[in-house]
Amino acid sequence: MSFVKNYIGEVWGAVKSLATGMKLTGQYALRHKKEKITQQYPDNKDTLKLPERFRGEVVLIHDENNEHACTGCTACELACPNGSIKIITKFDLTPEGKKKKAVDTFVYHLDLCTMCNLCIEACPTDAIKMAQTFEHSVTDRNKLIKVLNKPGSKIREGVEEKKSQ
Amino acid sequence: MTEEVVITDQDDLIINVGPQHPSTHGVLHLVITLNGETVKKVEPHLGYIHRSIEKMCESLTYRQFIYTTSRMDYLSSHINNHCCAMCVEKGLQVEVPPRAQVIRVLMDELTRLASHQLWWGALAMDVGALTPFFLAFREREMINDIMEETCGTRLTMNYMVPGGVMADIHPNFQRRVHEFLAHFKRKIDEYDELITDNIIFQNRTKGIGFISKEDAISYGMSGPSARGSGVQCDIRKLYPYEVYDKLQFKEIIESGGDCFARYMVRMKEMKQSMSIVEQLIDNIPEGDFQAKTKNVLKLPKGEFYSRVETARGELGVYIISEGGTTPYRIKFRSPGYSNLSALDHMTRGQKIGDMVAIMGTLDLVIPDIDR
Repeated sequence: MSFVKNYIGEVWGAVKSLATGMKLTGQYALRHKKEKITQQYPDNKDTLKLPERFRGEVVLIHDENNEHACTGCTACELACPNGSIKIITKFDLTPEGKKKKAVDTFVYHLDLCTMCNLCIEACPTDAIKMAQTFEHSVTDRNKLIKVLNKPGSKIREGVEEKKSQ
Repeated sequence: MTEEVVITDQDDLIINVGPQHPSTHGVLHLVITLNGETVKKVEPHLGYIHRSIEKMCESLTYRQFIYTTSRMDYLSSHINNHCCAMCVEKGLQVEVPPRAQVIRVLMDELTRLASHQLWWGALAMDVGALTPFFLAFREREMINDIMEETCGTRLTMNYMVPGGVMADIHPNFQRRVHEFLAHFKRKIDEYDELITDNIIFQNRTKGIGFISKEDAISYGMSGPSARGSGVQCDIRKLYPYEVYDKLQFKEIIESGGDCFARYMVRMKEMKQSMSIVEQLIDNIPEGDFQAKTKNVLKLPKGEFYSRVETARGELGVYIISEGGTTPYRIKFRSPGYSNLSALDHMTRGQKIGDMVAIMGTLDLVIPDIDR
């Protein structure tokens, strides 16, 4: 007799546990519109806002006078674990006739970059930062090799003194 | 320990599961000897995604090598980074500021929560329920958003640096963690309603994949998988690091040794992690988030070892330094590798359908095994 009792009890428990789960699923079917968290990505492009610390790609900050703060010290190049930054330096002549080191081409390999943020940490003059862009797909791999300093840009006045302080 | 050698009969079927198979959670390659539907032997073949991280680290400096460990156990990348940073700090003899210690523990526990949530969803999917996967990812998304705001990335953080953390927490951090806790406290009961009490799930996991305490120890299992067999192995309790010795939390130990016991350990651990986050979130001390370290880190000649409790078990980082800027040799003791070695023992004599449930409760992350 107890066997039958146990059997019926087991079946009842099983049906109850399944019903509890189904009830939860049913509740979701009714109220899912309120709890919707899916983002309609390409449509919400205008309103989509990424956090300011989001690591999308490395950019060199230029101000309105087309000036940046990069001194060409190659600290970021040394800090990078993958070799995604290559800085080609040149020597400018100062008005006093002295040679001064400056950045000629700031090459950035986006295809090698792992967004580890170590270059930004290493930069003594805060010349580079992480941008919030994330749509990096291109049809040609060579387009991922970028030159970060804009043509005709030069170093901002007073950056060198700030660095030595 | 000696085990009987299984002699393969002529009628036995030998099949490959993986490297690319939806139920192996990655690229694990198993060669299974079957007698009908009964598993006779499981042989994991590693090497499919070997990236030689240990060798790579030998050519990277002590600041640079930490980022590679995010790619090992990608679900607990914070904790991996934490262990490496701790090992370097041991060599440098740097004292980490209290604020950084608390932020590190907070991040570790949030990562553990996110990892267990994903495991819960994936396990339910393995045994045949699809909905829990979406529910788990909904909660995990909240943690990912919190991480994205403070660390800048969602999966491979590289937030822990030698001496502290890379940046201070975001002003919104505390508010959003409170929101998450309030939300998840309600939802974790739904998890129990949907899966834990479900009769189909219990029949699929109870008494399946049994491993005794002695065997778990001799295979070197650690983490929730070993605690399901009654092994006391929580590094946070046994060898407390950072502020864990000042916190109130329980080490969850179940004695069942089967899939359901391992499942219950992780479910209860989620509640413990939530309680740890609750204890710390309003008590973050003021101060620096990073200790002052030199630009170029040089470890003195010697050997350094540190260990932490990741979401999967004990992770150890062993550095041999020759006094230069790069390590001479690095060895990672990853939890997944030892846990996988017990898979053959656990699946012997079980059905092939149950093997998927056993693998699910072991919580294998393949890049951690095959690094």
